[in-house]
Amino acid sequence: MSLLALLSDYTLQNVAIGAALLGLVSGVLGSFAVLRKQSLLGDTLSHAALPGVCLGFIVGGGRHMGSILAGALITGALAALVMLLLTRMSRLKTDAALGISLSVFFAVGVVLLTYLQGGNNASQGGLDAFLFGQAAATLRSDLWIMGGISVFALALVAALWKEFKLVSFDTQFAATLGLPVAWLEALMTVMIALAVVVGLQMVGVVLMAAMIIAPAVAARQWAHRLESMVLLAAVFGIIGGVSGAMISALARGLATGPLIILSLSSVVIVSLMFAPGRGFVWEILKLKRDRRQLRYQQVLTTLYRLASHHSDPGYRLDQGMVDAYHRTNTKRALDRLMRRGLVTLTTPPSHEPGQRKQWVLTAEGYREAERILDSLGQEASA
Amino acid sequence: MSDTLHEPNLALHVEDLTVSYHGKPVLWDIDFDVPPGVMAAIVGPNGAGKSTLIKSVLGLVPSVAGHVTLFGRPYRGARRRVGYVPQRSSVDWDFPTTALDVVTMGLYGRLGWLRRPGKRERAEAMAALVMVGMEAFAGRQISQLSGGQQQRVFLARALVQKADVYFLDEPMAGVDATTERAIVDILRRLRDQGKTVIVVHHDLQTVRSYFDWMLILNVRVIAQGPVNDVYTADNLRRAYGGQIALLDDVTAPHPESPAAATSEDKSVGKSADDARNPPADSALGNIARETP
Repeated sequence: MSLLALLSDYTLQNVAIGAALLGLVSGVLGSFAVLRKQSLLGDTLSHAALPGVCLGFIVGGGRHMGSILAGALITGALAALVMLLLTRMSRLKTDAALGISLSVFFAVGVVLLTYLQGGNNASQGGLDAFLFGQAAATLRSDLWIMGGISVFALALVAALWKEFKLVSFDTQFAATLGLPVAWLEALMTVMIALAVVVGLQMVGVVLMAAMIIAPAVAARQWAHRLESMVLLAAVFGIIGGVSGAMISALARGLATGPLIILSLSSVVIVSLMFAPGRGFVWEILKLKRDRRQLRYQQVLTTLYRLASHHSDPGYRLDQGMVDAYHRTNTKRALDRLMRRGLVTLTTPPSHEPGQRKQWVLTAEGYREAERILDSLGQEASA
Repeated sequence: MSDTLHEPNLALHVEDLTVSYHGKPVLWDIDFDVPPGVMAAIVGPNGAGKSTLIKSVLGLVPSVAGHVTLFGRPYRGARRRVGYVPQRSSVDWDFPTTALDVVTMGLYGRLGWLRRPGKRERAEAMAALVMVGMEAFAGRQISQLSGGQQQRVFLARALVQKADVYFLDEPMAGVDATTERAIVDILRRLRDQGKTVIVVHHDLQTVRSYFDWMLILNVRVIAQGPVNDVYTADNLRRAYGGQIALLDDVTAPHPESPAAATSEDKSVGKSADDARNPPADSALGNIARETP
């Protein structure tokens, strides 16, 4: 299929728009969840959506998107409430409470699902698609619902931006300012449930957690401000969503949801590796650079100490002498120092016995060594 | 002190405050008054409830009983007159934001809903950063600041609140000597402007040189009042119990006035032996007042 034909394909358009919407909203809302250290909340909420999906199916009397999503939202919120009560009322920590809430709700969901599949309802076959998502089944009417939810959630984030930021950063301080912290936190949780609801059709309850976490984690690597982090997470989410949809369209038969997650995961891996300042590769390079820097400084200060010990700024040293002091080959370090103009190689005056070239500090090298020793002295006394 | 000042004239008035955690009292029947315009320290051993006292005054921790007023009004009505510096470790400093942005957060309460900080708020935040000597770091990622710098940013955030009472939770914990000096200078300036500064403090050595009012706490109130009257070996022994090391600190020569401290050493021993409650104008009180 040519790219043009692909782009004008009606089903694919639906899928791509849906995936982009999902990426956008989960990127934005996921950023707050990740910063509040509640990444796993998305996992619990999405698994807890399953019983809601089934109940929505029963109450709505069929596969009606409206009732199914409402059911998912309600049981998701209920699971969050159970989690909250467990941490408040018992001695359970958040992780255990999340785990319990997740598994209980998911188990109920699976029981309901198998119950429905046991009955002879003609349309119940579509329900297990909510486990892993069935992007191809996305209808235009589903997109309107997803779009409406997304617009609502994003408008809320825009309106309450500074409150969400403060509550995510410093809950106690927010409370002393008189912000209704409990309500704001509950609202943020409900909004995660909204993101889950948007993603049910596309990626399903099992993989939805990755949609919440991945764009935010990747964006955190590159961004230094909340504004840029949230924007970047939205962009990553959209890119991941659309490229997942495209790949699955090009290779017919591969599931869209997991491909979206995989595209996002590659963005995460690249970000974890290469993001400036925070990336893995960056850290290794920095470590190497720091070590090399330390070696130069050691060699330079050795020359300086010997020069001042002999009260002769032009004190000359053999390569072998410097090596002996450091018990290792310092040729490379000295070469680098020479390129930076801190030391020079000079030929000894003709009356001296040895005629091999010797190392000497330049005036600049002398000053640099003094500066290094000064800063070390300050640190030691501080 | 408290009978000459009436409630509205007290910067902070705490009455019968009891706070419990899992059924155990953390604070028991606390009565605590701070007049305006003083720099007060809250000291006590670990687990004495020092931070809890501040948090419960600010409504962050629910209380079982008791009531709190600031200038005669409950906290809800006096919120705009209060500035707060939480413990530095209470937030994640890896949050993606800048020093200036954190300081601006101090203005969010005044801004109200739906309004964003603009030029004026940024200018105010910048002025606060200048006051704590951090203007060069305004655009710096907060994760790249040192502990002392982070603490100063927190202090600046409280300064933009333009409050009348400031609560600080261990602001001198784990900061370098320069920062401690800077923080004390700023707090003194606030007090000289007539503001009230209430600090949870962990270092008994510096209480006398930094503060003029103090509360010694160990679940109950052990003693409160002007530092000169309250800072006695007897009171500290009652709060810290058998923690001998701390008592050694108390009687050890004071670094800023060795002569005064040695004579005080004797007087402490004498007053503790003679009477359980040394009078305010004992030799100890007079000598301690000489220390700057």
